[in-house]
Amino acid sequence: MRYSAFQILRQAFTGNRAWQPAWREPAPKSRYDVIIVGGGGHGLATAYYLAKNHGIRDVAVVEKGYLGSGNVGRNTTIIRSNYLLPGNEPFYEHSLKLWEGLEQDLNYNSMVSQRGVINLFHSDGQRDAFARRGNAMRIHGVDAELLDRDGVRAMAPFLDYDNARFPIRGGLLQRRGGTARHDAVAWGFARGADARGVDILQNCAVTGIRVENGTVRGVETTRGTIACGKLGLAAAGHSSEVAAMAGLRLPIDTHVLQAFVSEGLKPFIDTVVTFGAGHFYVSQSDKGGLVFGGDIDGYNSYAQRGNLATVEHVMEAAVALIPSVSRVRVLRAWGGVMDMSMDGSPIIDKTPIENLYLNCGWCYGGFKATPASGWCFAHTIARDEPHELSAAMRLDRFARGYPIDENGAGAQPNLH
Amino acid sequence: MASLIACPHCGIRPKEEFAIRGDAAPVRPAADVPASDDRWNAYVHLRGNPMGRHREFWHHAAGCRRWLIVERDTATHAVFAVIDAQDVALGRTAP
Amino acid sequence: MTAFRLKDGGLIDRNSRLRFTFDGRAMTAFAGDTLASALLANGRMLVGRSFKYHRRRGIVTAGAAEPNALVTVGTGGRREPNTRATMLEMFDGLVAESQNRWPSLGFDIGAMNGLLSPMIAAGFYYKTFMWPAKFWEAVYEPLIRRAAGLGRAGYERDPDRFEKCWAHCDLLVIGAGPTGLMAALTAAWSGARIIVADEQARLGGALVNEREVVDEAAGSAWADGVAAELASMPNVTMLPRTTVFGWYDSNVFGAVERVQKHVAEPSPKRAVERLWRIAAKRAVLATGAEERPLVFGGNDRPGVMLGGAVRAYLNRFAVAPGARVAIATSSDAGYRTAQDLASRGVEVAAVVDVRAEAAPRDAAGARVVSGEIVATLGRRKLRAIEVSNAGKRERITVDAVAMSGGYSPIIHLACQRGAKPSWDERLNAFVAPATQEGLSIAGSAAGIYALAQCLQDGIDKASAALRLLGRTPAAVTRPAVEPRDDTSSAPSWRVGQVRGKAFVDFQNDVTIDDLGLAVREGYGHVELAKRYTTTGMATDQGKLGNINAAGIIAAARGKSIAEVGTTTFRPFYTPVSFGALAGAHRGKHFAPVRRSPLHRWAEKHGASFVEAGLWHRSAYFPRAGETSWRESVDREVLNVRRNAGLCDVSTLGKIEIFGPDAAAFLDKVYCNGFAKLPVGKARYGLMLREDGFVFDDGTTSRLGAEHFLMTTTTALAGPVMAHLDFCAQVLWPQLDVRFASVSDQWAQMAVAGPKARVILQEVIAQDISNQAFPFLGAAAVTALGSIGARLFRISYSGELAYELAVPARHGNAVADAIMRAGEPHGICAYGTEAMGVMRIEKGHVTHAEINGTVTPDDIGFGRMVSNAKDFVGRAMLRREGLVADDRLQLVGLKAAGDDRRIRAGAHLLARDAPASTANDQGHITSACYSPILGHHIGLAMLKGGRRRHGEQITVWDGLRGEGFDAIVGPPAFVDPENARLHV
Repeated sequence: MRYSAFQILRQAFTGNRAWQPAWREPAPKSRYDVIIVGGGGHGLATAYYLAKNHGIRDVAVVEKGYLGSGNVGRNTTIIRSNYLLPGNEPFYEHSLKLWEGLEQDLNYNSMVSQRGVINLFHSDGQRDAFARRGNAMRIHGVDAELLDRDGVRAMAPFLDYDNARFPIRGGLLQRRGGTARHDAVAWGFARGADARGVDILQNCAVTGIRVENGTVRGVETTRGTIACGKLGLAAAGHSSEVAAMAGLRLPIDTHVLQAFVSEGLKPFIDTVVTFGAGHFYVSQSDKGGLVFGGDIDGYNSYAQRGNLATVEHVMEAAVALIPSVSRVRVLRAWGGVMDMSMDGSPIIDKTPIENLYLNCGWCYGGFKATPASGWCFAHTIARDEPHELSAAMRLDRFARGYPIDENGAGAQPNLH
Repeated sequence: MASLIACPHCGIRPKEEFAIRGDAAPVRPAADVPASDDRWNAYVHLRGNPMGRHREFWHHAAGCRRWLIVERDTATHAVFAVIDAQDVALGRTAP
Repeated sequence: MTAFRLKDGGLIDRNSRLRFTFDGRAMTAFAGDTLASALLANGRMLVGRSFKYHRRRGIVTAGAAEPNALVTVGTGGRREPNTRATMLEMFDGLVAESQNRWPSLGFDIGAMNGLLSPMIAAGFYYKTFMWPAKFWEAVYEPLIRRAAGLGRAGYERDPDRFEKCWAHCDLLVIGAGPTGLMAALTAAWSGARIIVADEQARLGGALVNEREVVDEAAGSAWADGVAAELASMPNVTMLPRTTVFGWYDSNVFGAVERVQKHVAEPSPKRAVERLWRIAAKRAVLATGAEERPLVFGGNDRPGVMLGGAVRAYLNRFAVAPGARVAIATSSDAGYRTAQDLASRGVEVAAVVDVRAEAAPRDAAGARVVSGEIVATLGRRKLRAIEVSNAGKRERITVDAVAMSGGYSPIIHLACQRGAKPSWDERLNAFVAPATQEGLSIAGSAAGIYALAQCLQDGIDKASAALRLLGRTPAAVTRPAVEPRDDTSSAPSWRVGQVRGKAFVDFQNDVTIDDLGLAVREGYGHVELAKRYTTTGMATDQGKLGNINAAGIIAAARGKSIAEVGTTTFRPFYTPVSFGALAGAHRGKHFAPVRRSPLHRWAEKHGASFVEAGLWHRSAYFPRAGETSWRESVDREVLNVRRNAGLCDVSTLGKIEIFGPDAAAFLDKVYCNGFAKLPVGKARYGLMLREDGFVFDDGTTSRLGAEHFLMTTTTALAGPVMAHLDFCAQVLWPQLDVRFASVSDQWAQMAVAGPKARVILQEVIAQDISNQAFPFLGAAAVTALGSIGARLFRISYSGELAYELAVPARHGNAVADAIMRAGEPHGICAYGTEAMGVMRIEKGHVTHAEINGTVTPDDIGFGRMVSNAKDFVGRAMLRREGLVADDRLQLVGLKAAGDDRRIRAGAHLLARDAPASTANDQGHITSACYSPILGHHIGLAMLKGGRRRHGEQITVWDGLRGEGFDAIVGPPAFVDPENARLHV
């Protein structure tokens, strides 16, 4: 059923009784050409592009919970392509371009809102680093602007310009950056994939991976054994656990990142702002809640909850940056489990096991990558070779010495 | 993760006094292991990352400045044991 | 009729009359009122508008779950949106205004949305607003954002103080209702250290709102007595007005105390809110139960309230909700409401009991109808209800409805750490696991509703907790109460007929129809339904509606509510102000400030300071007549190169290293060798990470055979120290080495320039001639005749230079003495800016270059790396990618033609190559104007840069719209032969 204003009008007259399910709830088949583990944004996008770009429709997405129950449903919804390194920037820019046409492509409004992303800087050194970043974007044809203090003030008058411990000296702006309605991204891809024949199997946890003679044959699940031609893992924070079922040890640590939403307020923050002198980023949703977050809690965790000290650090940064939120109330905190890689960049690649493919290491930046991740992972699975946009995101880059380390923190995931 | 950690030297202290390095399982290859050996990459880059019991290096940075091995559950955040890492490295305590 | 104040009764002080305004209209209240009770007493039924349809809304609850009565209070920096009127204690001068309406609460244009409701059902926005693509940002989103939000945040700085504290106790009692008070009393008499926290100002929980008799006294009086007794005990901390909002690991609870939120002008001497982190050995959760609304047509009309709220307003505040009240109930609690109303002379029009087979109960003479409400009627006010009774429809005239849909134990905190709520068939409610580590649940929070049993359960659960703590509980006798259990209920979400809209989530305007639509469209999982319809996502986080929603979803899916489950409980129990969680860490106090021991000296010389991490460092020293920072910096640089200067370098990390294996240890942590460094000599050291990239650099001096002094960069002083700890304790524990950070113990100053020696010699006792103390000398010396000091002949500027370290307390005196001694020689103070210029001129690196992605060879130190020993980073340094010949390497740059300003952050292209990522050859890391050369220079990382000296390349700065050609050269622009260092 195609969505449109006309359809809404038509359904309204019949009491909204005739809307069709957005996706089927199929029983698992005994075999699929491709199985994707993980019904989050990346897994669903991969299935969608397998069908759409490569004509591979005999695909199942297996998800242990409900679709979109992972990080795609628990993030701060920021999209941007302000990356520094040649291994990253073209990939993320492709993602942003896909975001720009996503709703029309999927016929599902995920409210992609290009309201701009400002990264604030507070010192000459930070300005220079942002200038390098901005030029890395511009040299790839991506929009970037270096704002001075007055330029920032014009866009974000609510920040502390007078009494800050770390005065705002300017910012790097990407106007095409912004936010999207995170759940709707998962739903849109799910609906699109389902319409092209993909089976989305919810409440279907993978319990084992069948490998024979170095080749993957299928998966054991809580809904039975399912054979497959190819198997793609897109299990985010649970990647290490799933890969271990095939005997792989990954350059991944799983960490918890908290995010927050405030009570609904009349909109006053119309752009995305990141604080350069403390881990903090904020936007205001179209419902009015401030959506914000900070740094990871810093320890390995599979629990979707964090600690009070981190909450306090985030709130301190919030009030330091935007003094008037002191009297606003925070409504809810949640935690997502992050697949933190050893260089802060993702992995989209084949594995040493034939027909087993890996998509992980998104750290806390996976949401914005959703379309391109699906695009490139689908390509990698379909063609059995990396896509040129993700060619640097190989699994063996650590052994070979080609890390994609944007902030130079090295193999210490909690510093990325 | 536990809001409080029982340092074997300082007693129960807030977690914020500690810095966390991560997986305590990888052992640095001996000096005579050639640079080309896979063990080096495994030591520097690969992690156990289990859901469940896990042993991690923690540094009591704002306390006694000892490196500790904290054994805990990454799913429930329960802490089972905290021991001094040097004791383990010297074989004085069973790992 | 509307609600009105009864002539007598209630726990209010009728002698203390308070004035307040609502939407600019002056009203009066009594001490003891909440804003909600005062509004009702003034006949205000309409207090707010809903989020989506802007429907007229009234007060529904008398507590924390209130979804409708949200107001903005305060003015200026104290403006506070979305405040629940039911939780706001009345004070004289309170200013409140309604929200989310325009132009007025009574006439709100937004209510037009209600007419469009068939078109704007749940999730409608996912299906439209997609064409044309550009219209989202230009047209649709601005319209949606105009409608977004509830209250408006202020723009002004908060004038008040906030603070945080830690507290430790044996037992934390959360909730001071009958259960909590008995638990507290039991623990207190047993000598345990306890904290009692309750969100209300007045303790007693339900006892304050109900007509109960405890130990032959009014329940509220009994509660007052117990609270007073507890407060008098030294082992008890009472925290009224304190909401425990979160349960964290290690049994740490987060709570916020509203210290001065109930006064018009807070005292500036005290915090307005205080964050408590309570580390409790055990806790008793006695948070009570939440009454559920019933879902029926028009259940959101002002005048429809929860039964418990009606009793609270009646008994505690002496406010009747109307003159003729109907009771809608699926619970025996509805009859209690009828009795209370009748006892205060308020007419009960009918008790409408949805339970077909309800046993006869005491309805205080009111008519009992077995049936359900189909609709409510009325325009501006509730005038009647329509009841379906055995197939017949009947209209009953009323001006208020009290609804009782059964109770949900308040298990929010108990389920914040992963425990899953489970459905209890007997209670018709979700309950939390009864025993969890460190926490027990008591009373109504555990599904025990009768007062007598609650009191006993408080004693029992506290006693059990005390035994687990190894204490003997005091013998406590339960107070005498009348036996009464009127809380039995039937599941109430099975809605029959509905006329109009039946709301599940009041604030977000989610109806039964929306939930049905979500299920039909595939969003039937309770979490998907929540996200698709927004039910339970409003400021009350589904406290009222979530169980009804789960029941309705279960019915639509043909499953049981147990199978459907409920959504996840997460902090915060009720919303917490950013201010409380930030405490005093705001404005200038967001982060601590570190000042060098020479800060005063720098101030005296007029330094302009700059933030460098936590440090305030002297950046430059402007003099009268200088009009720009560049002018000052140029002067400082030229003066150092021609005469001399003194620069504060105290912020460098300094680590003393001792022990027989100190040299062997340094060999492990540096990639270059230190074992053969002679005593009395300094050496530049390069420290790598285990992945082979440069970690930090600095000079390390050998002060004795078994004694070294390491210096680190300012930024990495802490991380280097932690790294050394790790190397010594974990990697090479057999090495006999000890070290200590002495960064704060020494003031360190660089004295540089051709005249540095002659000046320094005047304050140093020892001979520091070139023969006696050559380049890279390091020695203990005596300054100003008696001060034990350390002198290092090292140079960052490239001039003849020394670094002199003196105990921090002598720093200012020694710096003053050097300045005096240098005056005839033209010494000046110079700052980090001039230091930066000179190091660029000299080609020295900082963290602009060693940014965690460079190898020693990248920055020209490849030959320093030892092949003869093991060290951190040795193996991974040999990886293919780290020795590739197209790596970026450090070079110097200057403009090819006329001088051009070189800026860090510009990228590099081969000459005439088009700008593209593929053609990107590197970037400029540091740049400055060199006053000694008279033109701009830069340091850059360039692909294969060392092979390209002399090549012309293009500097590309698309970000700032600049581009020009530059010549590549070696990084050292000044004295590349190092001749000046050895004079």
